[in-house]
Amino acid sequence: MDPTSRAFIENAHAGLANPVLRRALGIAGTGFPARRAEAVARLPEFEALRDEGKAIKDHTIAHLDYYLELYEKNVTAAGGVVHWARDAAEARAAVLDICRSVDARIVTKGKSMVAEEIALNDHLERNGITPVETDLGEYIIQLRREPPSHIIAPAIHLMKEQVEEAFRAAHADLDPARIIAEAPQLCAEARAILRPQFLAADVGITGANFLIAETGSSIIVTNEGNGDLTQTLPKVHIVIASLEKIVPTLEDAATLLRLLARSATGQEFSSYTTMSTGPRRPGDLDGPEQYHVVLVDNGRSAMIGGEFQEMLRCLRCAACLNHCPVYTAIGGHAYGWVYPGPMGAVLTPALIGVAEAGHLANASSFCGRCESVCPVKIPLPNMMRHWRERQFTQRQVAPTYRGGLELWTWVARRPELYHALVEIKARLLGWLGKSRGRFRALPLAGGWTQVRDMPAPEGRSFHALWAERQRAKR
Amino acid sequence: MAEQVRVALLVTCLVDLFRPSIGFAAVKLLEDAGCTVVVPRAQTCCGQPAYNSGDKNDAKAIARQVIEAFAGFDYVVAPSGSCAGMVRVHYPELFGDEPAMLAKAEELAARTWELVSFLADVRGVKNVSASCVGSVTYHDSCSGLRELRVKAQPRQLLASVDGLTLKELPGAEICCGFGGTFAVKYPEISGKMASDKIADIAATGADCVLAGDLGCLLQIAGRLSRAGSTIDTRHIAEVLAGMTETVPPIGVPRKD
Repeated sequence: MDPTSRAFIENAHAGLANPVLRRALGIAGTGFPARRAEAVARLPEFEALRDEGKAIKDHTIAHLDYYLELYEKNVTAAGGVVHWARDAAEARAAVLDICRSVDARIVTKGKSMVAEEIALNDHLERNGITPVETDLGEYIIQLRREPPSHIIAPAIHLMKEQVEEAFRAAHADLDPARIIAEAPQLCAEARAILRPQFLAADVGITGANFLIAETGSSIIVTNEGNGDLTQTLPKVHIVIASLEKIVPTLEDAATLLRLLARSATGQEFSSYTTMSTGPRRPGDLDGPEQYHVVLVDNGRSAMIGGEFQEMLRCLRCAACLNHCPVYTAIGGHAYGWVYPGPMGAVLTPALIGVAEAGHLANASSFCGRCESVCPVKIPLPNMMRHWRERQFTQRQVAPTYRGGLELWTWVARRPELYHALVEIKARLLGWLGKSRGRFRALPLAGGWTQVRDMPAPEGRSFHALWAERQRAKR
Repeated sequence: MAEQVRVALLVTCLVDLFRPSIGFAAVKLLEDAGCTVVVPRAQTCCGQPAYNSGDKNDAKAIARQVIEAFAGFDYVVAPSGSCAGMVRVHYPELFGDEPAMLAKAEELAARTWELVSFLADVRGVKNVSASCVGSVTYHDSCSGLRELRVKAQPRQLLASVDGLTLKELPGAEICCGFGGTFAVKYPEISGKMASDKIADIAATGADCVLAGDLGCLLQIAGRLSRAGSTIDTRHIAEVLAGMTETVPPIGVPRKD
């Protein structure tokens, strides 16, 4: 999808003005954090687990080449095939080649953010293959032809009325008289539509929450079981995953799984945690005939060794989104690409460029709540600041802002001049604001007074008053 | 009598310009806690606006100035979790590649405190001699809370104020939307965050909202008055220092 991150301010305005989004985001902003807090409170070792999870990911990323090669060796030994994709185009081509090799017409898909990142569905459609999203949220947004607005709850920006509308528009056989106003009815309708698709699909594509180097396995977690039907029923299973999903051992994955669901939804474990290792073996009752893994780099390896390496620890749990007061104010679409919220503010510039996505790293009050809930302790605010430093050194900052900042720091480095100017300003604004105590508008302060009053200064600077007090004491 | 410790007050640029009363409240509280207060004149600002705007060189230049201005004191105390957090947490980060400056930054960081946590944790203050009749609610400013673990200390000290009732603020740990330059770069988002905050404040039924950072307080007071609310806004130090009778709330004119 083409990014609209440059139009972040307009996108955010649209989000703030959207009443459906306002109601829907109440769920992300209060429900998820409350459930996470309860889950964390029930697990005394949660803090220690965070450190352990961080250490596992740091170790893996520090030895990524080793674990990736071990992983490939073990996938191959289990009868699978690993396809290395340097960028989105190579990843799309690899998937399409596999689909074409079996004359696929229908492809079912489990939820995968990296598939969104490489715009896989558009590519398959352009080449005559019908992708069918089977995660309910993904299915809804596929019908509406819009991107996900959240990394684990892609349709969180919608209420059930919009879902009903989408189903009625798309499901030709749906009796207009049938009532599908409530969630269970909507689920039943989606189930009825998707069931034959699962059976008809030639290829099933899933993402991966973890890839296990020691066994060559992939792990997915879902709450709907759609991933299992996607990967076991068709003849061909394609796993699409980015490089940093790798972990050394099953035990490491088990540690991270204990963090993942609690951080994401407040569940102790997701409803389904499913492992796949290679294609169906002789004697297996089910499973695909072919098992492929498309390993996507698309900018990850360039993050290693730099300021953004720690972002590669990300488990995609969405705790940072759910706890972000900016995300819950404006919604995910405002971020203008695939990954929203704090993790998106760090990752998106790395993937599509800071010139394109610079707003994302700036639109944060640095409240730090994201970092405080991150299961693998990614220093998200610090990394957003690193992007701002890049913008500043690359002169991507508006000249007026940059000039204002430089003037201010020039003065701030001259204390006596600074104190004199502050005293003048305090006296002037104090005098002007004397009768009302605040300003509704103020020259050069439109950014402030647009949405709030500016309280008037008391009328003298602290340093001037302190100096007078010291003199009086002598 | 406790030993006299020399405390340098990091006034903060917002207190200097907008509300010296907070600075004088801090001085009173520190003196009551047995400290000798000094105000180094070579200070201006902690450099956070430059740092958070990606202007690392200017942030470093200002940090050097602060490190020099505050050398030699037993403690450095700021009536702000944000500015104290800048010195304690971020100054060492700024000089990660300059070992000599890093050592100085770490030495300063180790003796720099946010006012209320300094009183409670370092000076062992359990109660203050102040009275303030009415109900207040307290907003936890982000930097103080998450960078410096300021949470219980303000509540402990407020509990010792005569006549005061503390009504806990739902969502007290959620950002008010100030965020320094964020407030003016993204006013619409910042305003929405402030609206959510003042709705929570109003829901407590308190007469007054307190916090430990003037940035947040300007944001909250500005949005409250824009919304036509009569809820007062004050820095916690004003209440702890017993100044509520003599100093009007933020954004309210002095009655002369």
